Amino acid sequence: MSLTMDVDTIVSAAPQLVRGFVFTVKLTLLSAAGGLVLGTVLALLRLSGSRLVAGVVGAWVNAVRSVPLLLVIFWFYFLVPYLGAWLTGARRPIEIDALTSCVITFILFEACYFCEIMRAGIQSIPPGQVNAGRALGMRHWTIMGSIVIPQAVRNMLPVILSQTIVLFQDVSLVSVLSIKDFFGSADFVAKRDGRPHEMYLLVALVYLVTCIALARLAKRLQHRLAPSGH
Amino acid sequence: MYHWNWSVLWAATADGTSTYLGTLLAGLGWTLLVGLSAWLIALMVGTVVGVARTLPRGITARLAELYVDVLRSIPLIVQMFLWFYVAPDLLPDRAADAVKAWDRYNVVAAILCLSLFTSARVAEQVRAGIEAIAPGQASAARALGMRTADVYRQVLLPVAFRKILPALTNEFVNIIKNTSVAFTIAVVELMAATRSMQEMTFQVFEAFTAATLIYLSVNLLVVRLMSHLEHRFEVPGLGLRKTGEGR
Repeated sequence: MSLTMDVDTIVSAAPQLVRGFVFTVKLTLLSAAGGLVLGTVLALLRLSGSRLVAGVVGAWVNAVRSVPLLLVIFWFYFLVPYLGAWLTGARRPIEIDALTSCVITFILFEACYFCEIMRAGIQSIPPGQVNAGRALGMRHWTIMGSIVIPQAVRNMLPVILSQTIVLFQDVSLVSVLSIKDFFGSADFVAKRDGRPHEMYLLVALVYLVTCIALARLAKRLQHRLAPSGH
Repeated sequence: MYHWNWSVLWAATADGTSTYLGTLLAGLGWTLLVGLSAWLIALMVGTVVGVARTLPRGITARLAELYVDVLRSIPLIVQMFLWFYVAPDLLPDRAADAVKAWDRYNVVAAILCLSLFTSARVAEQVRAGIEAIAPGQASAARALGMRTADVYRQVLLPVAFRKILPALTNEFVNIIKNTSVAFTIAVVELMAATRSMQEMTFQVFEAFTAATLIYLSVNLLVVRLMSHLEHRFEVPGLGLRKTGEGR
């Protein structure tokens, strides 16, 4: 058996790995927040009375959900510079830094998953509440914004959290663009120093501990929220 | 801005043996080979682990839970690299050298990785399916003198599988999508073929559009196939439809 471990490699790579981990956490939080907001908007559009709007949004959401995340990452990596040029009226594709490009990609991608979560959440609110709001003379968006969505988010919190844990793991795929997220920086060191064993096992261990801790947290939250649910 | 050129799909590749569309379809072949074989293993291992998780609290149930937790907490790409770069070195030296020298080990690593990764998810579905069955059924079966293995095989699993078919459709679609990660260990599946077409021709968006359409059609096919199975195995009166659509 030739599995060797060299602790010095890990120690000397630590600053890089920490920077990578911070990037991964940042990207996860920004994408989860942005994805949840955009996903809620998409869910409202899917549930809006207009069949055309609901159809278009539904087709987009289903298409994005049927394509591998890797392909979506490559799509946006090449597309975002063109989109930026089109939006700003520039002649040539604009240059965009890695974090921005990734945040845009993940927000658009995760929004499609959060859309379906929020749609289920919104549908879990008894229609009587919407009717009550209407009877009080509230407008549609006020009813959604102050009655339905807060409860939908609350009911769906455990699912939103587990989707965020999945997102936290999926962020590692940006390493295919040579971006130094947590896995990307470990992969860089592994190849530079020729020490794949230490690096990949370390990344696996850190993810393992973090995700199991987060999953425990989500479970406890679920128990705390459960009694007040319907 | 960008110059579209769809005819590039029918252009011959650099080595002249095929068209670019041909290389994408060859990539699809590998995607299906890796995805389907991993799916079969995932179903078998996932069922065993899922059943183990429902056994009365004991070492087996604990081990099964650990298995699921570990495989669901490590990103797929990291697991892929562990299977490809680290796992061979767990073998005795001579075997490790043989594995590393074998040019198809990446395909084996991809299948192993994807099947175990997915088996943990299948196991959770199987467990949920079994736990959704009223406990009286298992008790009744035991009261009739059935052995535990028969209780699962004759009573619990047939109903559980029908209950979780929609969720399994989801995992089936996921494993096909996840096969794309095998491109990071140089398996020439659809994602890799798309990337190499993009690098050779510089027609980025034609390559990506073609790949997107291929993935969409495969998904549609899988969903159709599974909904056919759902109808085929439907048992009237079990009220399974409703549970299936609940999620």
